[in-house]
Amino acid sequence: MTTDLAGSPVLRPRPPVGSVADAAEALAGAQHYDVDVVRKDFPLLARTVHGGKPLVYLDNAATSQKPTAVLDAEREYYERHNANVHRGIHVLAEEATAMYEGARTKVAAFIGAATPQEVVFTKNASEAINLVAYAMGNAGASGPRAGRFRLGPGDEVVITEMEHHSNIVPWQLLCERTGATLKWFGLTDEGRLDLIDGVITDRTKIVCVVHQSNILGTVNPVADMVARAKAVGALVLLDGCQSVPHMGIDVADLGVDFLAFSGHKMCGPTGVGALWGRGDLLAAMPPFLGGGEMIETVTMERSTFAAPPHRFEAGTPMIAQAVGLGAAVDYLTDLGMDAVAAHERALTAHALDVLGTVPGLRIIGPPTPIGRGGAISFAVEDLHPHDVGQVLDELGIAVRVGHHCARPVCQRYGVPATTRASFHLYSTQREVDALGEGLLRVKAFFRL
Amino acid sequence: MNLESMYQDIILDHYRNPHHSGLREPFDAEVHHVNPTCGDEVTLRVRVDGERIEDVSYESTGCSISQAAASVLTDLVVGQELSDALSIHERFLEMMHSQGRGEPDEDVLEDAVAFVGVSRYPARIKCALLPWMAWKDATAQALAQKGVHS
Repeated sequence: MTTDLAGSPVLRPRPPVGSVADAAEALAGAQHYDVDVVRKDFPLLARTVHGGKPLVYLDNAATSQKPTAVLDAEREYYERHNANVHRGIHVLAEEATAMYEGARTKVAAFIGAATPQEVVFTKNASEAINLVAYAMGNAGASGPRAGRFRLGPGDEVVITEMEHHSNIVPWQLLCERTGATLKWFGLTDEGRLDLIDGVITDRTKIVCVVHQSNILGTVNPVADMVARAKAVGALVLLDGCQSVPHMGIDVADLGVDFLAFSGHKMCGPTGVGALWGRGDLLAAMPPFLGGGEMIETVTMERSTFAAPPHRFEAGTPMIAQAVGLGAAVDYLTDLGMDAVAAHERALTAHALDVLGTVPGLRIIGPPTPIGRGGAISFAVEDLHPHDVGQVLDELGIAVRVGHHCARPVCQRYGVPATTRASFHLYSTQREVDALGEGLLRVKAFFRL
Repeated sequence: MNLESMYQDIILDHYRNPHHSGLREPFDAEVHHVNPTCGDEVTLRVRVDGERIEDVSYESTGCSISQAAASVLTDLVVGQELSDALSIHERFLEMMHSQGRGEPDEDVLEDAVAFVGVSRYPARIKCALLPWMAWKDATAQALAQKGVHS
């Protein structure tokens, strides 16, 4: 995909996903995917830790590393074009605006949005979800157009037990503010959604679900959830934090109403995320934060508001970070998301095999590479994950330990926390093997 | 390997065979403290008789460091005069903030001196402090109930 500086979209036509031909093409793509070449784009991956040990970075579900192209884009923006956006009649202001809006166009094309105006930049995915929750909370005091978003006693919000806290707490708070009821789908022993009837009812106003679980790795059946929600006229918000960086996403194919995701997990900078929303919905949604940029006219008594996306971007936005995210999207697009997904699928299968050879290790989540992504949680006998992670760190292996902001999942599976290894487009089979060997060292250290 | 400085045998021994564990009656105050980032949890009870710590009992889930810290804590404070226990607590805190440079007094801190290695790992200091924070909170509540101000 290409864009000019002013951000005119040149949207690539996308083939339908999921066909046998696509799978074959993806596998063919993987054969041309040279991960050692890819790794050279990421300066940080070359560093060593703890006295010369090569870094094995397996904490990608927390955040990804950044390719040089992203670092260069941010630096070039500050060195050559820095100005505030959407104001000022001078060269720099126009360039900065074009770069910021150009990034929006890139992100829109990357996820298959109908127009760039459907993409709202937020500081992160949590803010994107809160944006929808607070807009719904504000709908009660808004005009008739906002009726679709109004919530009150008797209405229901549906989430799932495998959500990240950022897709639980905003809805708990919204229900407390409005008197609506929070309901959720539970989990099966295998780490999948228990899609029973009766959770989504004709009182359901919105269904909020994670695409790929950050703790279990489960990829959820979005089409099924969308069908259930649409049957009762409910909206669907998809948390794409762990899917947008790892697979080709097309919001039109998915059929959801909102998609929230973060920039820093997809090789972009921290401080920028996005909310995609269907154009007609964003147009009817009341604002979330008030301030500069988001208004149409202001008098001392009242204000009217700008059209989306600017209605939801109060104040000076994260310009440099958005430009960096645009560069990340270019980078991912050049690699090809199908190739990235195929690489990670092979890596996940290998990791499940390797972890299966560690005696006393229990996978928490789907045990096969079917319908799951490359975030793998596990328990090593009854060792606490902190202790596991500490010994791995000493070996140069970075994993995440804790409840991964998904405490209800830990409770569901009877563990205080998990150890999680998570992969990205630059992860290698060597690194997975190092993890397997590291876990044997962990067991030896604690004399298990 | 630096790990041995953190996971000294004393710590691993307390972790495998914790002292004074389990919740006991009678007690004057019970608290539940959590470490929200890692999921460590401790429920801790304190019984105070006048100026003496009569008993500290606990149930906890967590890493070896937090489990061992609870065990060592009970060894140090059960049966102590309140003022002595608080002073031991101060010395322990001081050591945990020493970034590995502390030279703890074994006569005061006994097995707890093994935690000096943990103080070099910022992410783990809070593991070692979790039971101590719970104990201090429970003791303050017990004293408040009895109308004593520490």
